[in-house]
Amino acid sequence: MSVLAPRRSTLPGFGLTMGLTLTWLSLIVLIPLAGLFVRSTDLSLAQFWDIVTSRRTLSALKISFGLSFAAACVNLVMGTIVVWALVRYRFPGRRLFDAIVDVPFALPTAVAGVALTALFAQKGWLGAPLAAAGIKVAFTPLGIFIAMIFIGIPFVVRTVQPVLIDLDPEIEEAAASLGASRWHIVTKVILPSLTPALLTGFALAFARAVGEYGSVIFIAGNLPNVSEIAPLLIVIRLSEFRYADATAIAVVMLVVAFVIIFAVNRLQRWAQSQAST
Amino acid sequence: MTIEARGVVKTFGSFKALDGVDLKVANGELLALLGPSGSGKTTLLRIIAGLEWPDAGEILFDGENALDRGARERHVGFVFQHYALFRHMSVFENVAFGLRVQPRSIRKSEAQIRARVKELLDLVQLDWLADRYPSQLSGGQRQRIALARALAIEPRILLLDEPFGALDAKVRKELRQWLRTLHHSINVTSIFVTHDQEEALEVAHRVVVMDKGRIEQVGSPNDVYDSPATAFVHGFIGESIMLPVEITGGAVHLNGRPLDIAAEGAAAGASTLFVRRHDMLIGPADSGTLHGAVTHVRSFGPVQRAEIALTEGSTIEIDAPRDRELRIGDRIGLKPRHYRIFAGG
Repeated sequence: MSVLAPRRSTLPGFGLTMGLTLTWLSLIVLIPLAGLFVRSTDLSLAQFWDIVTSRRTLSALKISFGLSFAAACVNLVMGTIVVWALVRYRFPGRRLFDAIVDVPFALPTAVAGVALTALFAQKGWLGAPLAAAGIKVAFTPLGIFIAMIFIGIPFVVRTVQPVLIDLDPEIEEAAASLGASRWHIVTKVILPSLTPALLTGFALAFARAVGEYGSVIFIAGNLPNVSEIAPLLIVIRLSEFRYADATAIAVVMLVVAFVIIFAVNRLQRWAQSQAST
Repeated sequence: MTIEARGVVKTFGSFKALDGVDLKVANGELLALLGPSGSGKTTLLRIIAGLEWPDAGEILFDGENALDRGARERHVGFVFQHYALFRHMSVFENVAFGLRVQPRSIRKSEAQIRARVKELLDLVQLDWLADRYPSQLSGGQRQRIALARALAIEPRILLLDEPFGALDAKVRKELRQWLRTLHHSINVTSIFVTHDQEEALEVAHRVVVMDKGRIEQVGSPNDVYDSPATAFVHGFIGESIMLPVEITGGAVHLNGRPLDIAAEGAAAGASTLFVRRHDMLIGPADSGTLHGAVTHVRSFGPVQRAEIALTEGSTIEIDAPRDRELRIGDRIGLKPRHYRIFAGG
């Protein structure tokens, strides 16, 4: 490391913190993930390919990533509106609503799953009127979608909130004095300033939804090829002692998730470079 | 365009920011609002811009009521102390913003917008920065871009809120002269707010001195410096010696001793004698109006500043030319060349 080291710094401790960081990340993240890859090499390439391209696996992956993406999109829009209301207006119960946003963070996911299932079941409070309108939520992909929205919303709200609070009101006044309409101020000035935070919130909500298990399996119905998410399929394979199958699916999830998060990260970096002070 | 404020009142909670302000600004004038913080100068500027609404009073543009129009409809260029540039837009897009958000019916073509932005960037001498982002500019450059952005919409009035307040001393001085030249070439009625008297006196045609939500004096830089209308103005502008005096029977007394200066019509009672530091003439110890001993001398620039312990019982600081030799312990007599007496302690 002689290339990096011999320069006096006003922030000492680089060696110590870097060492701890690498050790810690290796223990907690890298070694378990590497184990996953090693495990999947028990399979030949052809076997791996067969497992991964089987109809049931592909359906599960499509459901997991597709619905997670859709849920993150909804959270992006609705979360932004919630943040706007919480930050920009003073209304009775604002603090209460602000606290409620965190509930999906703290609630055990199984509890959320049971609650949502009860709510959207055929005879539930929301399920009954929806069923009358011909919409079935519980035990369908729609149910998965709703559970994913539920667990993802705080991520968007909590990442965008501090940025919106810090947004200088003078920016909006400047835009208004230049003749911008309210619509132009929001679309051309405020939203672009929030873009990096919005992307982060989106990525976090998406990642959370992809990895979500507890709340989804209660409401999903878990029909293979219809409403079975990839994490559940992994658990099923494990319970069948088909460990190699499980790790193959897991590796695919890992790679896809990593690629998506990495892409969002790059996008966010780019947006940040456009919006930094 | 002329601007007129009539009886403008504005309170924030229990704080009276503006307490009945009347002001007329002539077409093409460059006016400074000068006052300490909390004097209401920025509030007045924001009310004129339509960013704030008064509790009472009127704002007239060319004799027409401006208060029924919002900031968007007033066609006022506003420059903020902290620039308020759009961080996610290039310099070019910042300047073009006002042109791009115009209603479709009057919006210029892309080519016209480009030409206009180029023209404005040339005007502020920063055309070479068009593709940069605000974060890559120095404070002085940012403020010039903010000015170009405000001018893009061809405002009828230009308002600047402490435009150089966030800049360092050297850049401030450069931009002052630059602003005066710029105003001369565009000739838009302009008002700028400042707490820096030097800035106000050097740049503006007329200076409005404000304190506690009221206008204390309106006049040319010479007027407010040479003939302050109130004790506040005398104390705020320029450096003054202030001595508490008592007027009795047409004579001026300092700590019970009569001073050999005329009361100049000042009413009887507790008053304050104001003398500019450089208006104290130094003479022999047995001459003059006030007497004392030099206790401290510092020299900088063309003057020396001496601290004098008066035998009349106060300590004052005076400015003297450097060729008048002063040593600590010297006993001297002082005579005010000009002075003013204002009622009140």
